[in-house]
Amino acid sequence: MADEISFSPDDKYNAFLATCKRAPHGNGKLAGVAVAVKDNITTKGIETTCASKILKGYVPPYDAHVIGLLKAEGAAVVGKTNMDEFGMGTTTENSAFGPTLNPCDTRRVPGGSSGGSAAAVAAGMVRMALGSDTGGSIRCPASFCGIVGLKPSYGRVSRYGLIAYSNSLEQIGPLGKTVTDVSALMGVIAGHDRHDSTSLDKPYNHTPNADIKGLKIGIPQEYFGKGVDPNVADVVKKGIGRLEELGATTVPCSIPSMEYALAAYYVTCTCEASSNLARFDGVRYGPAPDTKKSWHDAYQEVRSAAFGTEVRRRIMLGTFALSSGYYGKYYAKAQVARENIKADFNRIFADVDVIAGPTMPTIAFRLKEKSDPLSMYLADILTVPANLAGIPAISVPCGKSEGMPVGLQIMGRMFEDERVVDVAYAYEQAVN
Amino acid sequence: MADAEDQVIVGLEVHCQLDTKSKLFCGCSTDYRSDGPNTHVCPICLGLPGAMPSLNKRAIEYAMKVAKALNCEVLNESEFSRKNYFYPDLDKAYQITQYDKPLAEGGYLEIESDEGGERKIRLTRIHVEEDPGRLVHMGNVERGKYSLVDYNRAGIPLIEIVSEPDMRSPREARKFLNKLRATLEYLSVFDSEKEGSLRVDANISIKGHERVEVKNITSYKGVEKALLFEVTRQKNLIRRGQRIERETRHYLEARGVTQSARSKEQEHDYRYFPEPDLRPLRVRSWLDGIVLPELPDARRERFMAEYGCSLNHARTLTGELKLANFFEKVVASDKPGLSPLASTWIADTLIGELNYRDMSLDNVDPAAITGLVLLLKAGTITDKSGVEVLRVILDQLLKGEMAETPDAIVKRLNLAKTAGDTGAITAAIEEAINENPKALEDYRAGKGGALNFLVGQVMKKTRGKADPAELNRMLAEALKKRGA
Repeated sequence: MADEISFSPDDKYNAFLATCKRAPHGNGKLAGVAVAVKDNITTKGIETTCASKILKGYVPPYDAHVIGLLKAEGAAVVGKTNMDEFGMGTTTENSAFGPTLNPCDTRRVPGGSSGGSAAAVAAGMVRMALGSDTGGSIRCPASFCGIVGLKPSYGRVSRYGLIAYSNSLEQIGPLGKTVTDVSALMGVIAGHDRHDSTSLDKPYNHTPNADIKGLKIGIPQEYFGKGVDPNVADVVKKGIGRLEELGATTVPCSIPSMEYALAAYYVTCTCEASSNLARFDGVRYGPAPDTKKSWHDAYQEVRSAAFGTEVRRRIMLGTFALSSGYYGKYYAKAQVARENIKADFNRIFADVDVIAGPTMPTIAFRLKEKSDPLSMYLADILTVPANLAGIPAISVPCGKSEGMPVGLQIMGRMFEDERVVDVAYAYEQAVN
Repeated sequence: MADAEDQVIVGLEVHCQLDTKSKLFCGCSTDYRSDGPNTHVCPICLGLPGAMPSLNKRAIEYAMKVAKALNCEVLNESEFSRKNYFYPDLDKAYQITQYDKPLAEGGYLEIESDEGGERKIRLTRIHVEEDPGRLVHMGNVERGKYSLVDYNRAGIPLIEIVSEPDMRSPREARKFLNKLRATLEYLSVFDSEKEGSLRVDANISIKGHERVEVKNITSYKGVEKALLFEVTRQKNLIRRGQRIERETRHYLEARGVTQSARSKEQEHDYRYFPEPDLRPLRVRSWLDGIVLPELPDARRERFMAEYGCSLNHARTLTGELKLANFFEKVVASDKPGLSPLASTWIADTLIGELNYRDMSLDNVDPAAITGLVLLLKAGTITDKSGVEVLRVILDQLLKGEMAETPDAIVKRLNLAKTAGDTGAITAAIEEAINENPKALEDYRAGKGGALNFLVGQVMKKTRGKADPAELNRMLAEALKKRGA
């Protein structure tokens, strides 16, 4: 017989969309550990909405692969966390069910899109949480809320059951208060899954090691340049200084292709999203269409009413970019830019072991501060390169600016997730 | 040969369901036809949020068999793409198909052309894709209150075979399809008897005019009918000096006509892009492991060489896998002895009688046909009686009864030739002459028709059992005795 834990948090940050008062759990590496799950990860029998009205009431009949792995190791799935609708946002304000507040300062956003997961961990409601990272959606809220978040290498964690926003960019990943917790959760969720053709047989069996003597760290000038808050840059530089004290050396470097990173990212993700989200038509999920109308009119009405503004904007952008005559101009070009970014990273990684910089160019925004979409998109500049290249990246708290947490981002070579975890661990051990 | 002024030009896009056990991207069974709606479904083929496709290797193997058999070039790297469009039977609102990197390109299929002789119909490409679900309209599609969706069919593997516009008549289009069907069946990758297992879109034009796409043809005969209708329609328009619109038309099977599709349906922009959830396919090396079975052309040649079949008989007999197997079973016990009679009795008589009854060959036991051919070969029964025996067998099968053996039927109906039983024939001859004095007179007067008339009368009395040669001889003798 499985045991249960009871879970009735005082959720003053609106971190959860659904909670399980009694969550069953078994035995294993995570026996009895309460894990919160981002609401775009399918959970059998628990409503899964992606924080969208269009999925209101949808109770999946199956578990995502990672949920099966969590349960097999004894974890208790205690609830589903708030997010930007379908992952489209950097603040968790784009939720159909209200924004999540930052536990460090409730006048500020927790970051996004996995803001609910980050807030739940930061507030101590759960020890660990799963998020997903398409362009920074784990690292950004980890940075803003002062916790640890890992975006694994593309292919190391099965996406089966992750409700797709941008398939070629995103990964499910762990969030936790400590690198040790993040590493432990990564150990449970990583590995090959025959249901995800893009997943690889690269399990993660690693205990963090704080010895980084001789490590070479690349410091890209673009991560400390225009658009990056100088205070944040200073905090991060100090953090990197701690790593040098631990025996690492730093090497200045440059990622010239970053100039195209945001464009490549937003073209790719909106194109894929426009296709992924087309299935939400009111026939099988969400508000039922008025059947007296012809089907195309009914689809139009349901989709106009039930998707939020940002989601509609990205669907329109992606639909346009994939249209006849534009594919070569946008999507195909974006893939070329991705190859260039990969090539830049490969070149740099021939000389250095990891790349370090700030996770986000600023501290957490005030609620409603980012009202125009472009300024919001610009905030993703430091996180999207890792998604475009598929490489692992972790955010670890490295001090404060204006009293708010700042995240240090460590990016590593493809499939060297263990190494970025070690560097983050070394930093964490040194400062604690 | 230069095409005539009003030459018909036809190209086909043929969608065939591959006869795999499970669907293209999930483990659901493909054997859905006798089960209720939405019983062969899972998160993947329902397109539930978060579900991802994983490719059924067997389907790719099947498609590669076809590519090899049709002389296509398998691409070094091919990939799946998404074809995006909204329709209620399409659960993900995109179909996973192949676009600019199909599995195979080129190739050809040889058919018997209208001028006689073999002609190569070139192929453009072969690609693999998933079948959508199916809508069941409650009442009429336009006026019905609602439609229901059945996703059992969603995710069934399809191959689309696209031909070049190399056919020159509706009849050639049908021949192409028949040959294609035979080839796929010989490869054991396709079951033509499963409802909806084949769907055809046809492009047809009259030389020098716009082409029209006819969609929605779901039967072998339908292709020829739909195209014949289009030829007439287009030629009439040209004759009246009107322009042929480049358009998509639907074939309405029940009425045998094509109808212009609504303009909305013609304005698709499918926004293709590579399916990010599947890896590119690099499978060309699999070709080495594929051993093709004997294909229709080779079998036709063998039937001519081994059984002495005529070209036409060999073509018919090998044109369907089942028929070819059936023939070989019928003659197995004595190939040289049985083949000459069996080939004509199967290719001409049996097929005609089956078609007349709308019956399948499956019902017929090859041993019964062997028995029948043996009776004919031994001269025990006449050809006329042979047909009667065959009809009795088929009618019994049609009623769901056990068919009698040919021997039993001959005995019960007393169909054995009256050879040796000259008494019965003599009596019938005497009767016939006595009953028709006019014919006797005519015969005496040298009118040739009179003899044939009397032969007919005697045949009638002996119910076809009299051997025609023997009857002629005896009748001549009897007439001679009467001084004629």
